[in-house]
This record gives sequence, C-alpha cells and structure tokens, in this order.
Amino acid sequence: MGKLFFYVALALVLVSGVLFAPETAGLAIHPMDQFTVTPLFGGDHIAWYTPTNVTLWMFFAVVAVFALLVFGSANRGIVPSRAQSVAELAYGFIYKMVEDVAGKDAVKFFPYIITLFMFIVTANFLGLIPMSFTTTSHFAVTGLLAVVVFVAITITGFVLHGVKFLGLFWVSSAPLALRPVLALIEVISYFVRPVSLCIRLAGNVMAGHAVLKVFAGFAGALGAASFLPIFAITAFYALEVLVAFIQAYVFTILTCVYLKDALHPSH
Amino acid sequence: MEGDLAYIGAGLAGMGTGIAALGVGNVAANFLAGALRNPSAAASQTATLFIGIAFAEALGIFSFLVALLLMFAV
Amino acid sequence: MATTTHDAGHGAADAAHGSSGMPQLDFSTYGNQIFWLLVTLVVIYLILSRVALPRIAGILNERQGTITNDLAAAEDLKAKAVEAENAYNKALADARSEAQRIVAETRAEIQVGVDEAIAKADAEIAAKAEESEKAIAEIRATALDNVKIVASDTASALVAALGGKDDTDTIAAAVAKRTEV
Repeated sequence: MGKLFFYVALALVLVSGVLFAPETAGLAIHPMDQFTVTPLFGGDHIAWYTPTNVTLWMFFAVVAVFALLVFGSANRGIVPSRAQSVAELAYGFIYKMVEDVAGKDAVKFFPYIITLFMFIVTANFLGLIPMSFTTTSHFAVTGLLAVVVFVAITITGFVLHGVKFLGLFWVSSAPLALRPVLALIEVISYFVRPVSLCIRLAGNVMAGHAVLKVFAGFAGALGAASFLPIFAITAFYALEVLVAFIQAYVFTILTCVYLKDALHPSH
Repeated sequence: MEGDLAYIGAGLAGMGTGIAALGVGNVAANFLAGALRNPSAAASQTATLFIGIAFAEALGIFSFLVALLLMFAV
Repeated sequence: MATTTHDAGHGAADAAHGSSGMPQLDFSTYGNQIFWLLVTLVVIYLILSRVALPRIAGILNERQGTITNDLAAAEDLKAKAVEAENAYNKALADARSEAQRIVAETRAEIQVGVDEAIAKADAEIAAKAEESEKAIAEIRATALDNVKIVASDTASALVAALGGKDDTDTIAAAVAKRTEV
C-alpha cells in the first residue's frame, strides 16, 4: 500500500512538470512574498486590531497547543495514548531543561517558559505547512518575545538581588585593571542578548522558507524538468523541520540560561 | 547603479553565512571529538552543544540579514 | 545581468506597489502583530497554567505513585514467594529426613526378623543334620551287622559246599577279622 502510494506520488511529481508549466519559461523568484501580512477580510489598511493572517495562524497555534496539551491529556490515562505521551514528553522535556539549566528555584518560572516554547514550536511547525503564514518569521513577533524575556529576567534579577544584580557585570575573578573593560563588554553582551534571540529565531525561519521559495522559483525556468526542484525542496524541508524544533529549543534553553544569571548573578 | 552595488554588497555579506558555517562545524567537530574520548559525559553536554551552535550561528544569521536588507530594503 | 535588471525591476515594482521588499521591515504591521502576539501568549499561558500543566503534572504524579505502589507490591509478593519457597524447602527437607528415619527403622525391624529367621533356620538345619547323622550312623551300624550276617552265612554255606564242617565260631572270628575296617 505504501509502495503504491509512493509510486503514484512519484508519477504525479513527474507529470506535474508538464501539467503546470508556465506559459513563458523564466525565473519567477519572490522569496519574500510569503511573509506579507494581509488583512483577512479585505481592505488594505492594517490597524492594530485588524484580523490578519497573523491572527489566523496564531489562532491555529493556540488550537494546536490546546489540542495537544488539553485534549491529548483528557483521558488522564495511567498508560498514555499517543497524544498524551507527546504532551507528557513536552512537559517533561521543558521541566527537565528548566531544572537542569536554570536550577531548582527556577521551577516557579516553568509555566512561562513552557508557554514560550509551545508557542514557538507550534508556530514554527505550522509555518511549514505549504501556503501557510509563518508568524515566527517576523521581527515584530520574535522581537516582542525576546524583549519580554529580557525585561522579565532583568526585573527578576533586580527584585531578587537589588543592586547586587549588577555584580553580573563586575567580573571579580579578573585582574582589577581589566574589570572596567570586561564590565563594558559584559554590559554590551547583556543588551545584545534580546537582539540575538530575536534575529536568530526570525532569521533561521525566514532563511529556510526563503530558500524553499527560491528552489521552487527555479521550476519556472526548467520547463518539463520542473519536477527536479521538488526533490531539493523535499530534502530541504526535512532540514527545516529539524530547524523548526531546534530554534524553539535554543530560544527556550537560552531563556533558561539567562534566567540562571538572574537567579544566581555571582560571576 | 547604486542598486547594482547593493547586490555586490549582498553577495559579500552572504559570504558571512558560510564563515559562520565554519564556526558551527568547529563547535560540532570539537564536541564530537570530546564525546568520543569520553562518551559517558557526552549526553550531559548536549544542551551546551546547542547553545554553542546557536551562538555561532546567530552571527551567520546577522550577515544573512544584512544581505537581505541590501537586496530588498536598500 | 539580464536577470539582475529583471530582479531590480521587480524590486522597483514592489516599491511602487507600496510595501518595501521585506515584509518584516514594514513597520505599519508591527502594532497589529504585537497586539495579536500578546493575545496569543496570554491565551496560551492561561490554557497551560490553568488546565494543561496541573493535569499533566497530576497524571505524572499518579503514574509515579502507581509505579511506586506496584513496585512495593511486587517487592511484597517477592518476599512472600521467597518465604513460601523456604517453607516448601523446609517441608521437603523434613519429609526427606522423616522418610529416611522410617526407612532406617523399617530396615532395622526387617533385619531383626531376618536375623531371627536365619537363626531359627540355622537351628533347624543343625537339628536336622544331627538327626540325619544319627540316622546314617544307625543305618551304617545295621549295614555292618547285616554284612557280618551275610558274610558268616555265605562263609558257612561255602564251607558246607566244600565239604568241611560247619564251625560257627571260626567263621564268626574270620568275618569279624575281615570286616574290621
């Protein structure tokens, strides 16, 4: 059955080059068009409350999280179903990450961190659906996530440790002459953190999707052989699935690392 | 003419992503070398590996972003 | 070069269309995205912290409890099994020693019986042998007497046949002399 399905799909791929060939061959590469924010119900003015495709796909992310973590665990089975074991896996994965990286006393931040992780990972995966819109490819989205993390962690640090939190920048193990220089570097690197968090996530996702579109754009110039980019896209798509997860993981684990700095600022 | 110069600049900036790839490869290679010497300690250090890779990769993404800006925004 | 100019033209067309080349840098959409992202994050946080996380934590705890209980029960059962095995082994050893004791007793009893029977049989055999010997001696004695009578009769008949005079005493003496083995 699987074999039959495979051969039918392969035949469709081969025929598609003939069926869907453009009238005039030529490169038509618009890698950035997929990121356009458009209002859902017509009109071209986008106010802050307008329901756009951003709204739609963020809603799908909420639905996916709800389906996985709430419906999945609805049976409360001692022996888990498949959805429930994925939900438990996600829970255990993030819980262990928070506990291992940020320390035992960071567990009270666990709900916030798993919120971040679940949103990013579902948005990344939903963005991989063809014709979908990838919310995490926008600097506005990832920038807000990064700024929320940055502000929350800075406030936590000052609330818990007061002025001593600034000791994070004062490397007491270095020679005295070097300390001001190191402090400057530490301050800069501290403020680069949200920028790098934001750019890393959006850049990775955007780069992957743009490359997929570039490969797809080659099809227009290849005529009957336009099925060839499909193989490249398939391979790259697999890599993108990996990247979608790893970037969510990296964002979360870096949040945990920064949280550890805020909880235990001694350098 | 200015647009053409921007494309050249985008190409130069694109090289940065390749150089970042060297850095990522370096991190992974050293991790693997260490993991083969002491496999029992490797599992506990995968998080560190990913953090290192993420830091190395972020700078490549910066140069990719510069390339995109030159291509589309300038 | 042709494609370059084509792309540049495309970029110009986009610029004319009203949006810059990268939708990510179109700041007019930032407010919209940030608003909906905040809504999404709050909704996800509420779903997770109110429903999902307590439930999953409960499931995991329950499973941990069940596993611990099951392990304890298994430990109990194992101890019981070991106990039962020990009891069984002890019973087996007891039964075996009892059996050995019974076997030894029985053997001793049988031995006694056998010994008695042997002794009795020996005595009987000895008595019979004595009797037989006595009988044999009698038989031998009578046989000797008979030999003497037959011999003296034969001798007297011979003497008479030879024309001699029957002298009983001489014959008897000669027979006695000859039969003295």
